[in-house]
Amino acid sequence: MIIQALAFYVFAAIAIASGVMVVTSRNPVHSVLYLILAFFNAAALFVLIGAEFIAMILIVVYVGAVAVLFLFVVMMLDINFVELRQGFMRYMPIGALIGLVLLAELVFVGGAWTFSGEATQVMLAKTPEIAAVHNTEAIGNLMYTRYVYLFQAAGLVLLVAMIGAIVLTHRQRDGVRKQRIGAQIAVRREDVVEVVKVTKGGGV
Amino acid sequence: MGATSIPVMAPAAAEIFLAIAGMILLMAGVFRKSGSMAVVSWGAVVALILAAVLVLTHGGTSAEPVFFGMFSTGPFAQFAKLLVLAGSAIAIVMSLDYMKREGIDRFEFPVLVVLATLGMMMMVSANDLIGLYVGLELQSLSLYVIASIRRDSLRSTEAGLKYFVLGAISSGMLLYGSSMIYGFAGTTDFNGLAQVFSKLGDSGPAVGVIIGLVFVISGLAFKVSAVPFHMWTPDVYEGSPTPVTALFAIAPKVAAVALLLRVMIEPFGDLIAQWQQVIVLISIFSMVLGAFAAMVQTSIKRLMAYSSIGHMGFLLVGIAAGNESGVSGVLIYLFVYLFMNVGTFACILSMRQQGRYVEGIGDLSGLSKTHPMMAFALLIFLFSMAGIPPLAGFFGKWYVFMAAIESGLYALAIIGVLASVVGAFYYLRIIKIMYFDEADEPLDAEIGGEMRVVMLVTAAVTLLFFVLPAPIVATARAAASALMGG
Repeated sequence: MIIQALAFYVFAAIAIASGVMVVTSRNPVHSVLYLILAFFNAAALFVLIGAEFIAMILIVVYVGAVAVLFLFVVMMLDINFVELRQGFMRYMPIGALIGLVLLAELVFVGGAWTFSGEATQVMLAKTPEIAAVHNTEAIGNLMYTRYVYLFQAAGLVLLVAMIGAIVLTHRQRDGVRKQRIGAQIAVRREDVVEVVKVTKGGGV
Repeated sequence: MGATSIPVMAPAAAEIFLAIAGMILLMAGVFRKSGSMAVVSWGAVVALILAAVLVLTHGGTSAEPVFFGMFSTGPFAQFAKLLVLAGSAIAIVMSLDYMKREGIDRFEFPVLVVLATLGMMMMVSANDLIGLYVGLELQSLSLYVIASIRRDSLRSTEAGLKYFVLGAISSGMLLYGSSMIYGFAGTTDFNGLAQVFSKLGDSGPAVGVIIGLVFVISGLAFKVSAVPFHMWTPDVYEGSPTPVTALFAIAPKVAAVALLLRVMIEPFGDLIAQWQQVIVLISIFSMVLGAFAAMVQTSIKRLMAYSSIGHMGFLLVGIAAGNESGVSGVLIYLFVYLFMNVGTFACILSMRQQGRYVEGIGDLSGLSKTHPMMAFALLIFLFSMAGIPPLAGFFGKWYVFMAAIESGLYALAIIGVLASVVGAFYYLRIIKIMYFDEADEPLDAEIGGEMRVVMLVTAAVTLLFFVLPAPIVATARAAASALMGG
């Protein structure tokens, strides 16, 4: 039990510290690396509460795909981050003020939190016993049956995102020479080879 | 629920059809390469009409929960979906000529409109906070893209970006509020929420729930562009290409108002004491700002933006009433609003000088001499929006104000009537410019065939609504009683 608690505090502390570093580090590449560290620690926290499937997904999807994509974007786009930060100090006071107000509200709300008496009766997806069904299966059962409507709708949202990215950025450029394999194969000898009689001393 | 049970899907036939149709149209557009805008557009219009037929045949009240209770059906959803489908289909028809002339005739536009319409239908049918959010995002994401479809224009891309950033913030607020409500009730299902809130007892809901509810209202108020969440509206309306503006002013507004109505009445119906004052306040702000800010505009698209903010204020009066006549009043108002706006935008889309589209109010001067029919049609729409009897707009306002009085909101009704009088000023100003000012440069004589049909039909509906309002009123009443009862 003590080892669990210890592990929780270690992982949580590292996650928060790397979260702070993501925002404050000067070099954007360092930010992305800290982000990866934060993801790993979040995954460890998921393992601690027995959700090993989500932990693995977090590593595979977020570290394997999203963070690497960020890294590519940061390295390829060459954004001047110093310039981007110029307004930071000017907006800092109002940002801090809004943050403080939100924090106060959260404390206020969290302090007076109650659960409705009905909650246990209307609860949609009760957590199944860990012994009865392992959590990959439990998520699958919910996602592809009860929430199939939302699953499909989320797919459509992604489709729209893809169409949108292409509509707004793809340009048909003129003068690009593309390889047309069909045309290459269909070419006949007469089209490309010309037999020229060369007269002696005349040149071609 | 067994692991292998198949959900009941038939009542969602229209949505499933529209999703598949959208993908087929996308494929058709991609493989036909150039010049496929017209084909895909008409295909999209046919798909929307077929979806409307499916809504009528399959969308009725379902005995069993659809998609495990994620999807609600019934007369209310049917009524709102038909309005949404009509608005989107007409917007596509009106866009054809404009997009071609402006050189932005890309087949992705109708495809995105179809997918946005699908999102709107999902919003109208949402029976769960997650379903609400996913439908809303599907709609919003498509609209962000088509707002900046003229990607070489600075104003259009700015409109899209502004819409996107503010829309993302509003979605964040909505989610934050939803999470608080979920944390209290333990469910996101509307029926479950209603059950929780009906058994609160005297102590009332926790503070967190009220804060959550206010966040949800703010998120949705952004989508209907009610004050104080309206800042994006004039810029986005002005920056987007005019047919996109027409779409923005019609279909998403109908869907968002229907969604707000359902959320307020169904899950939060028992918290009316908590939300009524919020809705009343944003309703008053919207009506007043819509009336005063529109006076100083010179661009007709900006004017329409403020006009739509004002109309949203009037619609919120009906929602604030929170009773059955309020709901039916809102539905009747939405029906009328659809026709008035479609007609006005048909007129705006016919404003050309030497082949160029213009959008200044001053460009309408002398319209009564050069285009007497169009001027007369615009006169009908503007009088109707101002709420002058016996035109359709008057009845819309009348029903919502009656509902407000019925539930004792006298001050709100009085402020509404006063704002409506102030608003009449700027509508009359346009009429004065059309009928009494001399034209500097007349508009082009030629008006597209589709525009003529749209103008004629919408003007006829707006003008003759008072002759036979019974079918619409009866349908709206039936829809309202279904919503209140269910």
